[in-house]
Amino acid sequence: MDHVSYLDYKGKHKGLAGWLLSTDHKRIAILYLVSLIVFFLVAVTFGVLMRLEMLTPGRTIVDPQTYNTLFTLHGVIMIFLFIIPGIPVVFGNFFLPIMLGAKDVAFPRLNLLSWYFYIFGAFLVILSLFVGGGPIDTGWTFYVPYSLRTQSNVTLAVFAAFVIGFSSILTGLNFIVTIHRMRCPGMTWFKMPLFVWGLYSTSWIQLLATPILGITLLLIMMERIFGVGIFDPALGGDPLLYQHLFWIYSHPAVYIMVLPAMGLVSEIIPTFSKKDIFGYGPIAMSSLAIAFIGYLVWGHHMFSTGISDTSRAIFSFLTFIVAIPSGVKIFNWVATMYKASIETRAPFMFVVAFIVIFSIGGLTGLVLGALNTDIHLTDTYFVVAHFHYVMFGGMGLLFFGGLHYWFPKMFAKMYNERAAKWGLLLFVIGFNTLYFPMFIMGYLGMPRRYYDYLPEYKIYHIISTVGSWILVTGILILIINLIRALLKKERYTEADPWGGTTLEWKVATPPSLENFDEIPVVEHGPYYRENLIKPEKSH
Amino acid sequence: MNNEAAIGHAHRDDLGSKMGMWLFLFTELLLFGGMFILYASYRYMYPDNFKVAAMHLDTLIGSVNTILLLTSSLTVALSIAALQRKQTRFSVYLLMFTIVAGGAFLVNKYFEWSTKIHHGIYPKGPEMANLSDGEVIFYGLYYVMTGLHALHVIVGLVFIGFMIVFILRGKQTFDNYQKLENAGLYWHLVDIIWIFLFPLFYLIH
Repeated sequence: MDHVSYLDYKGKHKGLAGWLLSTDHKRIAILYLVSLIVFFLVAVTFGVLMRLEMLTPGRTIVDPQTYNTLFTLHGVIMIFLFIIPGIPVVFGNFFLPIMLGAKDVAFPRLNLLSWYFYIFGAFLVILSLFVGGGPIDTGWTFYVPYSLRTQSNVTLAVFAAFVIGFSSILTGLNFIVTIHRMRCPGMTWFKMPLFVWGLYSTSWIQLLATPILGITLLLIMMERIFGVGIFDPALGGDPLLYQHLFWIYSHPAVYIMVLPAMGLVSEIIPTFSKKDIFGYGPIAMSSLAIAFIGYLVWGHHMFSTGISDTSRAIFSFLTFIVAIPSGVKIFNWVATMYKASIETRAPFMFVVAFIVIFSIGGLTGLVLGALNTDIHLTDTYFVVAHFHYVMFGGMGLLFFGGLHYWFPKMFAKMYNERAAKWGLLLFVIGFNTLYFPMFIMGYLGMPRRYYDYLPEYKIYHIISTVGSWILVTGILILIINLIRALLKKERYTEADPWGGTTLEWKVATPPSLENFDEIPVVEHGPYYRENLIKPEKSH
Repeated sequence: MNNEAAIGHAHRDDLGSKMGMWLFLFTELLLFGGMFILYASYRYMYPDNFKVAAMHLDTLIGSVNTILLLTSSLTVALSIAALQRKQTRFSVYLLMFTIVAGGAFLVNKYFEWSTKIHHGIYPKGPEMANLSDGEVIFYGLYYVMTGLHALHVIVGLVFIGFMIVFILRGKQTFDNYQKLENAGLYWHLVDIIWIFLFPLFYLIH
């Protein structure tokens, strides 16, 4: 057995081709990581430009049409190219097989193909900016009938989203089969790490919801190319049906975004609490419950569209129900930390920030899920603030949290922890300065996606824009800190820097090409510690 | 679940492969599921228009196509059984029959579509302005759903074509036929979607 690490391995292809053509799940994860961070930074730039435009009423830096394309591209890139693939394609690809004690995913070549679909989709998004009618201006939801009428290049952009959807489906399919078929001896379902449960629930949603988006986007293309009339009110079609189909996918999609992040939290907390997780079963099952109920709540995006009162009441009720499993998770995490000897290392601090920010996002979600308050708040900045708190503060923050947690294992380099904590602090301060004023101005009536605003909202917009600068400083500190760590000469080879208990901390740093010399045999649960009763007090 | 099988054959896990295929078929069903939801909603919205429009579809061609697809599905299933019994040549003949039947289905579809198009009934066609909203939607759904289905027929035929090559080159054999089985599953999916399309468009008046 060779012990060549996956970073040094030289196969049939050399240099860059050795990465671009490798079917090793770890190398594919790195390909995704690099692409994701690039698109993330692009979309952040659009976001910063939008905030800059909103600094003053009227024109600040761009014209209204450019502003429309900015918020559309910010949404499309963030959602389809960063948040939805996000944690599964990077950390799922890298760690799912290792956590299960397997050598790779079930279909390694399909895995690489998924990345190429992703990159091809991204290429089409970029292409759509320069050909045809220019960059899309519909908002990321592509609502009809505007998306059928606008001159901008909607056809190519939705095709891009369709292709990226393919990538998402194939990744989900791959992970489900991997989890069913590749668990090492002794790894029963309830000995799987909770991150794997998060991925498992996510993969089912990816598999079962994305095709609906696929057909919906195809229909938009059909409408634009052939004029079929299915969504076009001028030809007898019903635009509301478009919204139904769109949200049948796009609401479960928010759980695609956040469930893996929650799984990651369930990994990080026991590691730094030096304890077994509290409530393993409920946390695992709540992931499945969220995935299931999350399917049935899409109508809460349509409360103000004139759908029947009965259906509004049912959707509202189900929306409240879906908050319960999320609450179950939060309580179990806090209970795990209770009376633990916690090490407040950088990854743990990300989780603490996540719990606070995500709770704000979750609770304001209930305000929007209630029928009467939603009528007042729908399509205002309150909604914008809410979904940035749950998406960016949920998945975005934890993406960086996971990166800091697993970075030493993935790259065999250790970053400067002080810098990481400072970056996080600025991130959190900037985040709240940026998005909290949006709750207030939304409540006061500031509509989302508007280019201009009344003078009474000015103070909130100024605070918010200043917040965006602080947030970006924090993000840059985090990323530069990691890049500096990558440039270090000496390798960090500690197998288990944090005292983690799951299988990825038992393999070498960096992992060898086949992960394990011998397939491990699992006897205990994922967070089992021998010194469970008397916590180690070495720190 | 038996994990040893998975480890013993690191590069071959038939059950895993079949499972992946079934999951993929779920996604295909959901892709069409979105269309079926639209069909149901619009039928509810325009019941009378849908009846009128459905009268203008040729039930005979539809029935012939149904028989063709069902038979071709049978021959795929028989081909797997033949391969398992080491009747390689017979298995290939059965697959060839499937391709011929699938091809005949597409030819029929071509004539059916071109008759309609000839009469000016297609999206943005000259005849559409004279039709009611519900009929326009009916034909819109008809073209999209049968078109998407025809696309799947073509993909399925390509898969089966590959399987013939694999069998002739000895890559699919009596004890290693998972790819053929997956291609067969895909073909059955194509078949079953048609089983629903046929009554929805041709039979319900």
